Amino acid sequence: MAYRIIETCVNCWACEPLCPSNAIQAATPHFVIDARACTECDGAFADAQCASICPVEGAILDGAGVAVNPPGSLTGIPPERMAQAIAEIRAR
Amino acid sequence: MALEALDQPTSSAAGGCASSGCGSSSDKLAHLPEHIRAKVHNHPCFSEDAHHHYARMHVAVAPACNIQCHYCNRKYDCSNESRPGVVSEVLTPEQAVAKTLAVAAEIPQMTVLGIAGPGDPLANPERTLATFRALTEKAPDIKLCVSTNGLALPELVDEICQHNIDHVTITINCVDPEIGAKIYPWIFWNNRRIKGVKAAQILIEQQQKGLQMLCDRGVLVKVNSVLIPGVNDEHLKEVSRVVKAKGAFLHNVMPLIAEPEHGTFYGLMGQRGPSNDELQALQEACAGDMAMMRHCRQCRADAVGMLGEDRGAEFTLEKIAAMDIDYAAAMQRRAEVHAAIEANRTAQQQQRNETFVPITSLKRSSKPKPAPLAAPPARIAVASSGGGVINVHFGHAREFLIYEAAGVGDRVDVRFLAARKVDLYCAGGDTCGDAEDALAKTIRTLAGCTAVLCSKIGIEPWDRLEAAGLVPNGEHAMEPIEDAVAAVYHELLAAGRLGVEDAADAPVALSA
Repeated sequence: MAYRIIETCVNCWACEPLCPSNAIQAATPHFVIDARACTECDGAFADAQCASICPVEGAILDGAGVAVNPPGSLTGIPPERMAQAIAEIRAR
Repeated sequence: MALEALDQPTSSAAGGCASSGCGSSSDKLAHLPEHIRAKVHNHPCFSEDAHHHYARMHVAVAPACNIQCHYCNRKYDCSNESRPGVVSEVLTPEQAVAKTLAVAAEIPQMTVLGIAGPGDPLANPERTLATFRALTEKAPDIKLCVSTNGLALPELVDEICQHNIDHVTITINCVDPEIGAKIYPWIFWNNRRIKGVKAAQILIEQQQKGLQMLCDRGVLVKVNSVLIPGVNDEHLKEVSRVVKAKGAFLHNVMPLIAEPEHGTFYGLMGQRGPSNDELQALQEACAGDMAMMRHCRQCRADAVGMLGEDRGAEFTLEKIAAMDIDYAAAMQRRAEVHAAIEANRTAQQQQRNETFVPITSLKRSSKPKPAPLAAPPARIAVASSGGGVINVHFGHAREFLIYEAAGVGDRVDVRFLAARKVDLYCAGGDTCGDAEDALAKTIRTLAGCTAVLCSKIGIEPWDRLEAAGLVPNGEHAMEPIEDAVAAVYHELLAAGRLGVEDAADAPVALSA
């Protein structure tokens, strides 16, 4: 099983030096995790390192394809408030 | 380009009085020991006077962060906004060095290179330190600065000291973890994401420890605090006391910037920023404890130029690649330009120290009239793009510097209060259809001011300013700001605009 970085990644470099398996690389349009190298930090750290520093909710998926940091979990912004704000701003 | 054009020598014969010469000093750093003043003398962010003359730049080599702040959105890529944490492109250390050398060649007033993000510089130690190492070697005349949230500071203090970095800014918003938990949702610490009060407690401990270590090693530390109404406003007085006791030499209380479109927690959850008056009141309350910084422009992590401007667009990687730069010649030119600036600053200083002759005594009848013991203070807005003089057309001003003048007898104390940004209302093109609205916005920006000093002003804005109760004045173009403010204050006082003298009795009419 391996973690995956998806397109909402902001290319901030925070995860890259933390990976104990050197599985993360800068790439275009966003960073990628080498699925063959990723161990989900099993045996190295209690928590997966990339997902523990990533600032963007939803940018890292676990082996089952589920967001490790779901909406609202990092910023504290309730997802419904975010959705409402986006709708308001688009309607301007 | 002639040196004069960079930093105009002034030869004003205005009989005004600036605070440095009479009344209490406006040089907020005057109480500091000589070795500290020498370090900040030409640093535009640390010295209010220097910011009129010298330029700075930030290079965005540090995208990673180790904490989350509720006023920050980590999707930082934006070219149109100007606020901390926002950049157009993240640079490698090599690109950053090339950009710094190019800017230092093209803008010879530059004295300072800072790394301030868009994440936390010390959460990117390799990228940050590689940039500093190369610049120490290639541009030894440029001062190096770093700005941090402090979490990784204790472990990196010794390396910072090795790299010739003698200015550090720590953002400290609280010393109470309960308050911190309302500002910082999480930190990354010892390989874990930590939330809540515990996270804030660790961050605060590291900030205070890092501050102490830097002060012990003789590094100059400025503390930035974001004023968040209802969260840490009253608490910042305590922060000011604590950081001063540890040895921080300057406290910069900045207003929260929070709009829903920024996508930040505060912006989306309706947390408001402070009003100009709230900010000033808090700065006053903290000022009793230590030097306060009021000229901060809260610039982007890739800002370039004088504090009030951003010339970043002139120095994209593509444009830098096309520049042909002679680094040795550029450093020589910087030395010449800085010498010319210093000569001009010395001249301005000497002018201020000349014996004060009240302008009223020059223009009024010889019949003596007792001056009021303490005339009321007035806020006067100034349009300036640098050089310490009034040199911007009203319609072209991107910001106004707000000064407060207060008279005690014949003496006038002039002090700088704040810089307020405005939207340009005159773009000189076909956008004039919106001019009405934008001018109204500018006038709102000037709320609380009695007069506006600029190099020139058009008839329409003149009338609109007068209608709004403001006195426009274009009579002091190219004069030193403090002298002009003092002179205009005298005119306002004499004309009864400050509510102490009868207007009909005042022989000095406000000239157009």
